[in-house]
Amino acid sequence: MSPWIVGFLALYVYPMLASLYYSFTKYDGGKAAPKWVGLFNYRFMFTADPLFWASLRNTIWMVAVSVPLSIVLGVGSAYVLTKPRRGRAFYRTAFFLPTMVPAVAASVAFLFLLNAGGPIDHILGFFHLPQPLWFLNAQWSKPGLVVIGLWGIGSTMIIFLAALLDVPTHLYEAADIEGASAWQKLRYITLPMISPVIFFTAVIGIIYGFQYFTEAYVVGSSIGGAAGSSGSGLGAPQGSTLFYTIWLYQQGFEAFHLGYASAMAWMLFAIVLVCTLVLIRSSNRWVFYQGGGFR
Amino acid sequence: MSEATVAAVVPRTRQRTAEARRKAFLSTVATHSVAIALTACFVLPLFFVVTTSLMSQQQALTHDLIPHPFQWRNYTDIFSEEPIFRYGWNTFVYAGLATFGVIVSSVPVAYALSVIKWRGQRLVFLLVISTMMLPSQVTIVPLFLFFRNLGWIGSLKPLIVPAFLGDAFSIFLLRQFFLTIPSDLIDAARVDGANQFQIMWHVVVKVAKPAIAAVGLFQFLYCWNDFFGPLIYSSNNDSIWTLSVGLQHFTTIHRGVLWNQQMAASVVFMLPVIILFLIAQKAFIEGVTLTGVKG
Repeated sequence: MSPWIVGFLALYVYPMLASLYYSFTKYDGGKAAPKWVGLFNYRFMFTADPLFWASLRNTIWMVAVSVPLSIVLGVGSAYVLTKPRRGRAFYRTAFFLPTMVPAVAASVAFLFLLNAGGPIDHILGFFHLPQPLWFLNAQWSKPGLVVIGLWGIGSTMIIFLAALLDVPTHLYEAADIEGASAWQKLRYITLPMISPVIFFTAVIGIIYGFQYFTEAYVVGSSIGGAAGSSGSGLGAPQGSTLFYTIWLYQQGFEAFHLGYASAMAWMLFAIVLVCTLVLIRSSNRWVFYQGGGFR
Repeated sequence: MSEATVAAVVPRTRQRTAEARRKAFLSTVATHSVAIALTACFVLPLFFVVTTSLMSQQQALTHDLIPHPFQWRNYTDIFSEEPIFRYGWNTFVYAGLATFGVIVSSVPVAYALSVIKWRGQRLVFLLVISTMMLPSQVTIVPLFLFFRNLGWIGSLKPLIVPAFLGDAFSIFLLRQFFLTIPSDLIDAARVDGANQFQIMWHVVVKVAKPAIAAVGLFQFLYCWNDFFGPLIYSSNNDSIWTLSVGLQHFTTIHRGVLWNQQMAASVVFMLPVIILFLIAQKAFIEGVTLTGVKG
């Protein structure tokens, strides 16, 4: 146990307390000691920093769109995998493969795939579908990031596949005898039986969704600054990919406003905590546990 | 049953089986069409990335699917333009040592939290779990300052050393697996006079090889793909950049041009983990299913 205790104290307890303290100070990491400013950072965040609100809105948009979409498409693609009698292993490998692609490589790949005149543009044009400018357009940059996320849906899918294969077949047989339709079987058997996994995926999705960083960093830094603007160009185009953690990173590690960055980090923790608790509270209304009780 | 009724029944049954067979055939066709369409969505992006990586710079801007001629030079070009071997070596050192560290430190903790029973165990387990929920942004500022005081910024140490202090996700996964080990096995070893360390090493570790392999794979992939950690701690010292930071930098300096080389660099980055996945697929998918947690 002892290495973990050292790690717990050095990597969690001390940094948590220290960053809580910094969040009440003004500190640039230099020789001058942190200067106590009370609640100033938090007040500034809510009343004087429009980019705090912009980044929070972008992040909530991302969580609200990509978490439900990845659950629906995760269940959908897992359902497709339960059907074929032959070739399931092949399809599973194919569906899972993109999950292996490192986030930076996937972002670079989609910067190319979604660029105007690129392959996806070409395919959409072939089917006479709209051909948006994706990362060059503030309206379409977040949907472009959602596409990158959905491409790597594999691990969610594998979890749902295991859950779907776990549903006892006698339930479906009984429903067949009763003459239930496919929709009724989905609604009254499949969904309740896999609801604990949906719940779990939603919780994890929210926790990680609020920390969304890498893809936005790669896309923003590649798109931004192209027109010779100053700085790292993060958040481009027009601040549409300025997510909470991107703004926090810029405040902390580009501007060295360490006090303000710490306050933002604690606010992030509070938001994630509240969202998770609300979800857990709501769960007894829609999550069905076979054995009863929380697992 | 009279002969007349049998004669009347038989053709109808035969008809019905023919009907059923037709239906089964149609549903197989439908299933495979959907599965193949989905396979295309998941695999085609990789296909485009690979083909583009072999095109000339001009051809990469066209709608061509097949490189003409195959420009293998792109792969040697990127190695001479960017120190990819060094990035790769740094990535490998980080991923390899951190994986080793996480395994040697997490196995004993997981053992103490599952096989041995003691007071306060539940509380400690909850603490381990709760560290998984904490956004890394909360601890990053004090940790950065802490490592800076040690003079570790601009080296791989801040990424590797903490791995030797245990990792919550790995502890959780291993504990869940250790709990499934039959207690008879452990009791038998105890009766034979084995001490805790011997039980852990000779009994538990031996039985839990698949779980340990899964933890190792997850950790290796996590480090291989990690962007945030190297971004923060390398602090512009490009001699310790990993592939993720190097590729992001490469994309930024060649914004929107040299797609062929960008794709070649992405392929170099993703190929090792894709090969690793194809080799260790079984352990990997079992690991995802075992925990129900994303890697």
